[in-house]
Amino acid sequence: MPVARALLRRLAVFVASLLVASVVVFGLINLLPGDVAGVILGSSATPDAIEALRQQMGLNVAAPLRYLRWMGGLLHGDLGRSALSNSPIGPLVASTLGVTFSLVVLAMIVAVAVALPLGAFSAMRRRRASGTVVSALSQLGMSVPAFLVGLALVMLFAVKLHWLPANGYTPLTQDPLDWLRRLVLPVLALGIVQAAVLVRYVRGAFVDVLNQDYFRTARAVGWTNRRALMRHGMRNAGLQIITVVGLQLATLLVGAVVIESVFVLPGMGKLLLDSVATHDLPVVQAIVMVLVALILAINAIVDMAYAAIDPRLRSQAVSDADEEADE
Amino acid sequence: MRRHWSLYVGAGLVGLVLLLAAVSLFWTPFDPTHVDPEARLLGPSWPHLLGTDGLGQDIFSRALVGARVCIQVGVIAVAIGSVIGVPLGMAAAASRSWPGQLIMRAADIVYAFPALLLAILLAAAKGGGSILTAMTAIGIASVPAFARIARGAALQVLSQDYVLAARASGIGPVRIAVSHVAPNIAPVVLVQASVSFGLAILAEAALSYLGLSAPPATPTWGRMLYEAQQYIFSNPNLALWPGLFIAVAVLGFNLLGDGLRDRFDPTLVEVR
Repeated sequence: MPVARALLRRLAVFVASLLVASVVVFGLINLLPGDVAGVILGSSATPDAIEALRQQMGLNVAAPLRYLRWMGGLLHGDLGRSALSNSPIGPLVASTLGVTFSLVVLAMIVAVAVALPLGAFSAMRRRRASGTVVSALSQLGMSVPAFLVGLALVMLFAVKLHWLPANGYTPLTQDPLDWLRRLVLPVLALGIVQAAVLVRYVRGAFVDVLNQDYFRTARAVGWTNRRALMRHGMRNAGLQIITVVGLQLATLLVGAVVIESVFVLPGMGKLLLDSVATHDLPVVQAIVMVLVALILAINAIVDMAYAAIDPRLRSQAVSDADEEADE
Repeated sequence: MRRHWSLYVGAGLVGLVLLLAAVSLFWTPFDPTHVDPEARLLGPSWPHLLGTDGLGQDIFSRALVGARVCIQVGVIAVAIGSVIGVPLGMAAAASRSWPGQLIMRAADIVYAFPALLLAILLAAAKGGGSILTAMTAIGIASVPAFARIARGAALQVLSQDYVLAARASGIGPVRIAVSHVAPNIAPVVLVQASVSFGLAILAEAALSYLGLSAPPATPTWGRMLYEAQQYIFSNPNLALWPGLFIAVAVLGFNLLGDGLRDRFDPTLVEVR
């Protein structure tokens, strides 16, 4: 079972990466110069107050031991406790997941819906002005931060036209229509910028197909450009595009952190930035760990899906593994 | 002809931003942090070329200083990324057994810490963000990209006949790296530097906007956008200028990177 072996190997790499990443997150928060309790309480804190907090948070224990405790908690699904409210962090983060995931998933859908047709169009018309215009627009879109697009959308649709609210959030379960209304602008802001990046990859993938012999053959036997592209293009470019889309989910997750604070959405990013502002280090540590774990998981899943789907890569993964076994 | 189009436009835009940054070292029309309650929220006019913000500060002067901050962050971040990443990538290409693999696995893990997340983490640990934490985070986050690009290019060089010949005549790996590999991968690294510079500007703008980079008194484009947001209903044009400067700077570096890539590697120009 060579495929299973390649998948297992990738899974092992994922787990190892997760462990190393957790050490990095813990280390940056706890071992950088600057005392955790001192940062939490601010510069005006008395030494007694700092010592009391150190006691309460168990900061006087050696760092490796504290790491192990944190790690042990994580394995049981316990993200620790907030330094400010002393409430458990797990439920706090869980309550924000819905917002962030809605934002990311909807933005990805927008990005794909925009980029797929535009990229294919620009590849087909690559020698004409219309194709160049799409490429130029994509260049422009890549040069603008998503939060700037967000501000521009607010100016247009909230300030000038009064069509949509400028910020705020309503849970899906409370009022689905208002949920959608309030997500339109942030989703567009995030989705448009991502689409600009994605168009380049889609175009590249389709141009690859256009230069292939099988495409020329299809054209030569009288297929139209469109039919040949639909039949051959989608199938051959699809895999490449799916990979990029998968990897971009990670980018969107980070983009959401900024967009949530532009539109005052109560998601994970907003909680993270609020916690940075209030120096609630345990919460910062927990959320960054969750985000990094998600990014690593996305990368691993994309790799594994690729290995499972593409027979060429499958054999390559196996030969890699064999090579290593030989060494 | 089209190939050089993006190179020239990119170089022109980058040159413009560099010029603005250089000018700000010697001269700004007004003190960029001078608060003038009499002159709040003026439109573009003389002597305030781009108008004034909500505190009556001159927007053009602030934008000039913003250019300087943006170039500074980009230069340091790209320097950190390339100085650490390129040698690691070359080493990974030279050693095909475990040290090389270990380097690339480590790069994969750093890759899971995007610049923004790393900057947030550093800012939290330090009790507040600064230009230093922002530059460091953006630089470290760009290391994997430099390492990968350098490794890929170096692998190609190492398989060339002249390298094999050099190796056969007993020249050591370090000398091969310095005299054969480094000069040949320099163009690819330069392209990556230009692209990373653009990404660094985007990341710094976002961090400034979030208040996690330069202190509030330092004018940065991201900070100006943040301050403009509170006037978005009454004076939406305030957000226009900093937004435009960010876009011009990033577009410049992106186009420059594209243009350099086409120039250095004719095989990458797609078959027409």
